[in-house]
Amino acid sequence: MRLTKEKLSSFYQTMQTIRLFEERIVDLYARGQVPGLAHLYIGEEAVATGVCGALNKADYITSTHRGHGHVIAKGAALNPMMAELFGKVTGYCKGKGGSMHIADMDEGILGANGIAGGGLPIAIGAGWSAKWRKTTQVTACFFGDDASSNGTFHESLNLASLHKLPVLFICENNGYGISVSQAKCTPIKDIASRAVAYDMPGVVVDGNNVVEVYKAAEKAVKRARAGEGPTVIECKTYRWRGHHEGDPNQGGRYRTKEEIQEWKEKCPILQFEKALLKEKKATKTQLDEITRATEEAIDEAVLFAKESDYPSIEEMYKDVLV
Amino acid sequence: MREITYCDALNEALRECMTEDENVVLLGEDIGSYGGIFQVTKGLQDEFGAERIVDVPIAEAGFVGAAVGAALTGMRPVVEIMFIDFTTVCMDMIINQAAKMRYMFGGKGSVPMVLRTNIGAGRGTAAQHSQSFHSIFAHIPGLVVVAPSGPYEAKGLLAEAIKNDNPVIFVEHKRLYMTKGEVPEESYRIPFGKAEIKRAGEDITIVATHALVGASLEAAEIAAKDGISVEVIDPRTLAPLDKDTILTSVKKTGRLIVADEGHKTCGFASEITAIAAEEAIEYLKAPVIRNASPDVPVPFSPPLEKAFMFGKDEILESIKKVIAYA
Repeated sequence: MRLTKEKLSSFYQTMQTIRLFEERIVDLYARGQVPGLAHLYIGEEAVATGVCGALNKADYITSTHRGHGHVIAKGAALNPMMAELFGKVTGYCKGKGGSMHIADMDEGILGANGIAGGGLPIAIGAGWSAKWRKTTQVTACFFGDDASSNGTFHESLNLASLHKLPVLFICENNGYGISVSQAKCTPIKDIASRAVAYDMPGVVVDGNNVVEVYKAAEKAVKRARAGEGPTVIECKTYRWRGHHEGDPNQGGRYRTKEEIQEWKEKCPILQFEKALLKEKKATKTQLDEITRATEEAIDEAVLFAKESDYPSIEEMYKDVLV
Repeated sequence: MREITYCDALNEALRECMTEDENVVLLGEDIGSYGGIFQVTKGLQDEFGAERIVDVPIAEAGFVGAAVGAALTGMRPVVEIMFIDFTTVCMDMIINQAAKMRYMFGGKGSVPMVLRTNIGAGRGTAAQHSQSFHSIFAHIPGLVVVAPSGPYEAKGLLAEAIKNDNPVIFVEHKRLYMTKGEVPEESYRIPFGKAEIKRAGEDITIVATHALVGASLEAAEIAAKDGISVEVIDPRTLAPLDKDTILTSVKKTGRLIVADEGHKTCGFASEITAIAAEEAIEYLKAPVIRNASPDVPVPFSPPLEKAFMFGKDEILESIKKVIAYA
């Protein structure tokens, strides 16, 4: 790991923030305090962290229904995030979007998205916009393995490659589209192989290895900023929880306990922690302090959310049009 | 004043807006050197270059979604969908993305894009190139829906659409492209949500859209010879809708005909009728009549397509029916 200690430490902090945030949602959801749907990112933290670690504040991301990790990694603040999940007026979207629609234009977060595959065309639009406006901004577009079977994936890759748009297509391959495994959705083994059809690089990385993800993203960012076009990065990973909170037995109807356990042993955070300690890039005390401070920030976010007001009924009629 | 076609009026609005604001870009199928299937973008690629007037592959969800993303990040894209029938393959980008973003992001971000398309039967192009389902878009909160009825409206409304900060579905009409009318040479904008009383009258109100505005004016002229005074209202935008102008007229005349080329069931004509029923029923002297397209797909065979369509004659019949009520 040739990265600076600060960079590595920021990776640890981001991954731990995502993990602890999501674990808190598990608890709050079970208590009925968070309404609606919660699609959790536990197990996939290295993907968002590695990719967003290679981006600048001015760069853009488009996200998915499983978006908490992406937006945290891109710079979303915990208080308005938690408040949004509670449906409170202090939330990112004044409580009108919820878990699947967190957006922050100031941080380049163009929105989580409730439609699988919906973010891909929007991402290439942001990329095209940067090209038209002659900025060096890049856009990282997160999507799942099964979204790559949607027409929007193919249309977007084709357009992005044709016009050499500064876009990173980040396929988070967690093996399942809700309950159906990748093998039942597509005959191909690697989603990245689809990049060949659009004449762009397609790489496969260990999505549980944050440094590996970061390096692939950094290379793709360089290529994009140089005007050489987009890249597909497929990150092989796994979601530990069910498709959403409430999925019976955390997806036990369509996958085995052994399979889940196998992936838990490849925990991206634990692996990274071990590597950091082994290579003396951090001490256990430093890492524990990050964890403690993160717990505290999440406690504060929950308190903030609980103490915030719900939007007034009049708010329902606002923001339909400019 | 000089007269130009509806098509050239649209072209002029695009040219003016592109000259004025370099963030205005055009995406569409065959809009470059070919000039667009109806020649609306004729000559623009030569003038503004292929970077700003972009011919795109047949990938409506891809390029309409790209317009959404570009609009969200500072551009003012105008996309052309060759026929309204083809919006069905990019409906997610229109309904779930463009229309919803500002609301579901709590007022953050805006999507200042225009989607130009067209409706209308009568060209022998059958069920997938002739539809008039513009009312679907007016059903969706978060979209502006524009219905220009002539060259003057085409130019002024398109300029407003491009400068407006909302996603605008700009619904042109195939049979109007070659019609001529007076259009000022200078730039002007027609505000949204303001209907125009095209002809003042006392006995009957006709609310008409697109090509049926012209047909209604012809019918009104003929009716006038029989001493029937018809008021013709062009809403110009279906959403936002100028209910006040319509209701004021209906309360004055007590008789309402709505002429819109959409299918009769759940169409724009139904909406206007419902508004009159809810808010002005005590003023009505006669049943409301909807002159709308039959609830069948647009047929190909010329006599069938002719029977599917309607215009001045059918509106005149409606005038006779409603005037029969004292």
